[in-house]
Amino acid sequence: MTEPAQAHSTKTKNAKTQSKAKNALELKDLSVAYRVAGRNRAVLRNLSLTIGQGEAYGLVGESGCGKSTVALTVVRYLPRNGSITDGAISLDGKDIMKLDAEALRRTRAESVSMVYQDPGKALNPSIRIGRQMTEIFELGGITGQAATDQAIAMLNRVRISDPASVMQRYPHQLSGGMQQRVAIAMALANDPSMLILDEPTTGLDATVEAEVLDLIAQLRQELSASILFISHNLAVVSNMCDRVGVLYAGMLVEEGPTEVVFNDPRHPYTVALLRCLPRGGQRKDQGRLDTIPGFLPGIGATISGCAFADRCALSTERCRTELPPLYDLSDERGKRLSRCHYHDKAQALPRATPSDVAPAPKPAAQPVLRVAGVNKTYASHGHPLRAVKDVSLDLRPGETLGLVGESGSGKTTFARLLLGLVPPDDGGTIELEGKALAPKLENRGDDQVKAMQIVFQNPDSALNRSHSIRHILGRALKRLAGLSGKALETRLDDLVRSVRLTDRHLAVKPRQLSGGLKQRVAIARAFAGDPRIVVCDEPTSALDVSVQAAILNLLADLQSKEDVSYIFISHDLGVVRYLSDKIAVLYLGRIMELGPSEQVFSGPHHPYTEALLSAVPKLDQTETARIRLDGEIPSAVNPPSGCVFHTRCPRKIGPICEQQEPPLAEAQPGHSIRCHIPYSELARLQKGVVIEAA
Amino acid sequence: MSAVQTTSPVRQDDTRRRSPAAEVLSSLMRSGTFLTGLAIVLFWVACALFGEHFAPYDPLADDIINALSPPSAEHWFGTDQIGRDVFSRVIVGSRDILTVAPLATLLATIAGTALGLLTGYFRGIVDDVVSRILEAFMAIPVVIVALLAIVALGTSKTTVIIVIGLSFAPIIARTVRSAVLAERELDYVAAAQLRHESAFHTMFVEILPNVIPPILVETTVRLGYAIFAVATLSFMGFGIQPPSPDWGLSISSNYGMIGGGFWWTVLFDALAIASLVIGVNLAADGVHGAFND
Repeated sequence: MTEPAQAHSTKTKNAKTQSKAKNALELKDLSVAYRVAGRNRAVLRNLSLTIGQGEAYGLVGESGCGKSTVALTVVRYLPRNGSITDGAISLDGKDIMKLDAEALRRTRAESVSMVYQDPGKALNPSIRIGRQMTEIFELGGITGQAATDQAIAMLNRVRISDPASVMQRYPHQLSGGMQQRVAIAMALANDPSMLILDEPTTGLDATVEAEVLDLIAQLRQELSASILFISHNLAVVSNMCDRVGVLYAGMLVEEGPTEVVFNDPRHPYTVALLRCLPRGGQRKDQGRLDTIPGFLPGIGATISGCAFADRCALSTERCRTELPPLYDLSDERGKRLSRCHYHDKAQALPRATPSDVAPAPKPAAQPVLRVAGVNKTYASHGHPLRAVKDVSLDLRPGETLGLVGESGSGKTTFARLLLGLVPPDDGGTIELEGKALAPKLENRGDDQVKAMQIVFQNPDSALNRSHSIRHILGRALKRLAGLSGKALETRLDDLVRSVRLTDRHLAVKPRQLSGGLKQRVAIARAFAGDPRIVVCDEPTSALDVSVQAAILNLLADLQSKEDVSYIFISHDLGVVRYLSDKIAVLYLGRIMELGPSEQVFSGPHHPYTEALLSAVPKLDQTETARIRLDGEIPSAVNPPSGCVFHTRCPRKIGPICEQQEPPLAEAQPGHSIRCHIPYSELARLQKGVVIEAA
Repeated sequence: MSAVQTTSPVRQDDTRRRSPAAEVLSSLMRSGTFLTGLAIVLFWVACALFGEHFAPYDPLADDIINALSPPSAEHWFGTDQIGRDVFSRVIVGSRDILTVAPLATLLATIAGTALGLLTGYFRGIVDDVVSRILEAFMAIPVVIVALLAIVALGTSKTTVIIVIGLSFAPIIARTVRSAVLAERELDYVAAAQLRHESAFHTMFVEILPNVIPPILVETTVRLGYAIFAVATLSFMGFGIQPPSPDWGLSISSNYGMIGGGFWWTVLFDALAIASLVIGVNLAADGVHGAFND
């Protein structure tokens, strides 16, 4: 049995940082504008920041605040309508603005590298990895066998165990995590002094994200590169960076050592952002999340005072008229800045959303949904692919079932089976309020169809872009609630108000609404016919944290009011924990663990659950032993023998794991685990491992 | 406990956001290609509508004495074998082709859209059967279809419209089908199924509005081909019938004279066809660009 590996410290506070050498990157009063419809619109406003040699600097903020523009500006890769209107950029002491085309090309080739969010797009799909790697060395004058050797060495460096075979493959033959490793290897090939990482792990599974982050942390110790790390994920930045800057409307609003900023924020925006996250195992019955009212100022908006004033409960007349300077709040914990007139009061920011919740009605004993022995097999090139295998569970009214697992674990397929969008294999049964549901949607009764609805992940795909919001919701009320005429109008008003939209939103098309508002429309549509069960398939994964908080609050409020049950799918375990009463952990279409949310999260739990929880980057950084899963989820066409998890299991006990599939056995009343290790033994093994939820 | 939330209504910059249609229109109005094409087409449309009023002669009036006179101040484009003024005939000759070709394209668009929606939405067996039939249809040359149709229906403008319309329908159907296949994967279609909507509603109310752009592009492109096809059929005698001053028909009745040096009886009609096709194609290019910006 392997003990969980003690992870390296993810932060390097080595002497290099202190050295008085020239800074790796210096932005001075940088202003950037995009020309849209004949007018220059400011994106970055007088942004100054400095990254020291060997330092990792995190840049955080919501989408639209200018994070990626910073990355593009540093290497002068702005789109054609973008221009640097003011300020200076110096990279390694060189003034980037003054370089001619050839010098700029050399700088890009030799001293800066970028890694983007989507590795699939960064790699050329029609060229083998090996060729793409050696090309970089050839630019540096190394050719032939030497270049190949270097490429192999580089791939080894990013912990790719079989570089020779990876070199022979095309990008699509690699998993997302492997692709990102290759992209990182390519970025490091020229031994850059500056590495820009723009959301490098967004879109990857938590387990893969953890691997990539570990890799970056380890590489930091081996290489001297300075890092600009751009992310919307505060927890990731808190684990990876020495210092952090918070960007709002193209302005730096707060900056300082990561731990200090996140534990003792001095700008109301930072305070509010941190409050939006469900933290420390917070649950829906313990209180609502705080939200940030209003919206980010649009690109190019005229800002006379503090950019955040309109959304800040602490703001006064002074904030609206006088732009706060970056107050220097340096103390013994390090140099820090805050752009707030009332930085000393920032943490007293009143909540935008009251925390109090009404006591939830006690769930009735009779389950609203009962699933028994459901399977789904697809044919993949003539081989059966078992996407969902023998799933049984039930759900009571007003209860939330959280479905977790890596991508490819069958979460979404299972949800679609329930809805009837894909028919299950023969044999299993799905019962809604005691009545069996036909496998196919068209054979289900209208009442059964309206009783089970879904909120999709991507509202752009879920809402018909040709229809107005009134049409979308009106049609749902007509079909699902059977309303028409005056009754429909009245109910439409109620429905719109219940998701906290207003009449003014009804006339517009989806594209005129922000992501959060679109998701509210999608939620309203799901609730049109008074459903008994609503499937929420990653409903907040495309949203910023402040909007996510508002949507989670809305879902929790609607649930306690309507007594509806949720099946909540999310890769964000903090979010799942906030909303769920019950958790099912899926792996290769099988339930590995099923039980009350608190028990699943606090453990003892299945080794897979343990690994999933351990992979989540945590904001309140405490050094804990971590478990890393190696490799990828195996193919469902050819699942491992015995326990399907044995190939990656850190707690595998022996041949029995490879030979016999363990049953999903009830370890505690209502809490089942599919593992050969007895419950008491799991408890003993996991006792030393403190895993707090996200 | 209803929480107080300031959901400021529509996005602030929403006043500046135009509808997609308005954006496409403004993009078209800035496209030199489109405007040039449009100018040429509008010129011929004006000729078709009001040609008689500014044609110097009656296009059908013969004047045997002045037959086959070369271009001169009196007859700018000369006269044909029975002395009809070629200039007047070219101007008025746009009328039939500009009625028949757009109607044929419209028929092709309607039939093609319906078939494309059907095959793209139902997929499976419906798609297999209908698509194979359409492919077989596309393999037969228009001329053969036209011959068969004339035998069955007799020569008339209606026959030409039906022949060209049905020949082009499979091509439009193919474009619509691929757009529908992509739309069908979007979640709003699943949402419609979860309301127990009929297939008809899902196809025509949910999906159709979202596939309008590719349909418009394909239609303008097809119009260019339709003009060419009408001219070809008329030239071969299957299309527009005498005494219409139609361009293709005029070329057909005069091309034997080229050998005798009477080039003006053919050249101007040919240039007219070419200019109209180029005009439509330029406009189609502009439309394509506007939708794919």
